[in-house]
Amino acid sequence: MSDLYDRIQEERAKYPEGSQSAVLPALRLAQEEHGWLSPDVLREVADALELTPAYCESIAGFYDQFHTAPVGKHLVEVCTNVSCAVVGAQQVLEAFESGLGCRPGETSEDGEFTLRAVECLGGCGWATIVAIDDHYRTHVQPNDVPGIVEELKSGS
Amino acid sequence: MAPSIVLADADLDLAGYEAAGGYQALAKARAMTPAEVTEDLITSELRGRGGAFFPTGRKWSFVPSKEQLPKPHYLVVNADESEPGSFKDNEILSRVPHRFIEGCLITAHAVDCKHVFVYIRGEYSGPYEILVTALEELKDRPEIRGDVTIVVHRGAGAYICGEETALLESLEGKRGQPRSKPPFPAIAGLYAAPTVVNNVETITTVPPVIAMGGAEYAKLGVPNTRGSRVVSVSGNVVNGGNYEIEAGMSLRDIIFDLAGGIANGRQLKAVVPGGSSTVILRADEIDVGYDFDSLAELRTAMGSAGIVVLDDRCCIVELGIRFSEFYEHESCGKCTPCRVGTRWLTQIMRKLEAGDATQRDLDLLLDVCDRINGKCLCPLGDSDAIIIASYVDKFRDEFQQHIDLGRCPFGGHSSLHGVLAPVQQHAHHTVAEVRA
Repeated sequence: MSDLYDRIQEERAKYPEGSQSAVLPALRLAQEEHGWLSPDVLREVADALELTPAYCESIAGFYDQFHTAPVGKHLVEVCTNVSCAVVGAQQVLEAFESGLGCRPGETSEDGEFTLRAVECLGGCGWATIVAIDDHYRTHVQPNDVPGIVEELKSGS
Repeated sequence: MAPSIVLADADLDLAGYEAAGGYQALAKARAMTPAEVTEDLITSELRGRGGAFFPTGRKWSFVPSKEQLPKPHYLVVNADESEPGSFKDNEILSRVPHRFIEGCLITAHAVDCKHVFVYIRGEYSGPYEILVTALEELKDRPEIRGDVTIVVHRGAGAYICGEETALLESLEGKRGQPRSKPPFPAIAGLYAAPTVVNNVETITTVPPVIAMGGAEYAKLGVPNTRGSRVVSVSGNVVNGGNYEIEAGMSLRDIIFDLAGGIANGRQLKAVVPGGSSTVILRADEIDVGYDFDSLAELRTAMGSAGIVVLDDRCCIVELGIRFSEFYEHESCGKCTPCRVGTRWLTQIMRKLEAGDATQRDLDLLLDVCDRINGKCLCPLGDSDAIIIASYVDKFRDEFQQHIDLGRCPFGGHSSLHGVLAPVQQHAHHTVAEVRA
């Protein structure tokens, strides 16, 4: 059995027998391993959970953090809700757009970066919040962006 | 002077927290019967900090005894903080994880439960890692953990999962769509068993309540809003951040003293007092106590204590559009008035902003608000309807100007101009368009 299968069983053990509570943790593990939730990956998760692939897809489709299409190696998410927007989130987003070479909602041609505008990340007082591969950068200003892009490109 | 109750002794590991008196409230609570702990919480008058403001002790008292209903009890902590403007639970989990865990263990004792689930929003990787590290510190401390298991369950990006029944659905491995109530979670919650759902700040307030005693805690604050409150201040202020205040402090003092006032020498225009879902206040309405009764007089609420400060560059129509786009994006789709109505509100306001709207559109906007409000299973759609109606109510002249001038009076220079909302990133829209 695969490593993913075993790790999903570990997640299942945290919840009462017969429940399907491990769906979210299982999809998260699968996505961490494969980058996105392809039909094949969804089948693998479904088998490990004794659920149908269609069910797993319906869950993956509901939640914003699950990717049902390929994404870049790095995910750059800029909050554009009100608290960030009134201090310049749109300018930050546009700076990433030119720095990464892809528009919000798209992936760069080399497959390195996906840029997204996202809803409130829960860091409003430290705006603008940018989540890079799930870790928050706070107080991001447009002129910080070239440095961040450089850092990501050299590290990747 | 600002109290330090929830956020006291921050950034400590287990040893530091214990040296500062940590986990002594747990020992005190375990020496009491569950009923006595619950009674002390009722005496404290602590009310839920997630937004609904329900009395915490009373909520616990609704859980049936195991003789009445022979099923396991569950404590589910709502750490799905996603309300625009609110980021207090983020800091609480990150800075006082052990006080939070202590609160979980005391609450578990009070409601006779062995299984705690902390549902934390998927984006909170930082607080998640801190919480897991803190739990690992307790691995070799069975006398603290007792026979209670705490599972940290990560969400995956859905505002609606902050609604307690949607959260329970999500925790059961389903799409996060609200249930109809009754039955309430206290009777049939997680896995159809008696379940207490409490917010992170509520749970973290439990240890200090037990430590000082409910009666002492109830001396803080004002009638109907006791104790302290962690408020999140953001937007056009000098020092955005979380501040712990005594309930009843003036909103003006929060904004101008604690948060340093309006940034860049601008003028205050409006304040969203308790997260995006609360009725807006004009600049001339902020001499109000930050407590339930005082804000209720202005028909608004503390909600999740997210105070969003807006300066004079903010176009209220664009504010309405941006928040409405949020609700449209986050609507789970279960109830038609919310699924369709939030989109209609956005579109009508876009038409206003573009200068293409007539008087009929403004009437239609309010009519759509009426057709959403109170007609859905949960308050998500209601929130959009209520706040948009409040923007029109408080800033009608500005809405009217958009119609009379045939353009936005800010002429493209408002602080929210041209902001891309996630909902605009989605390619497929199949709902009917509002016609010009």
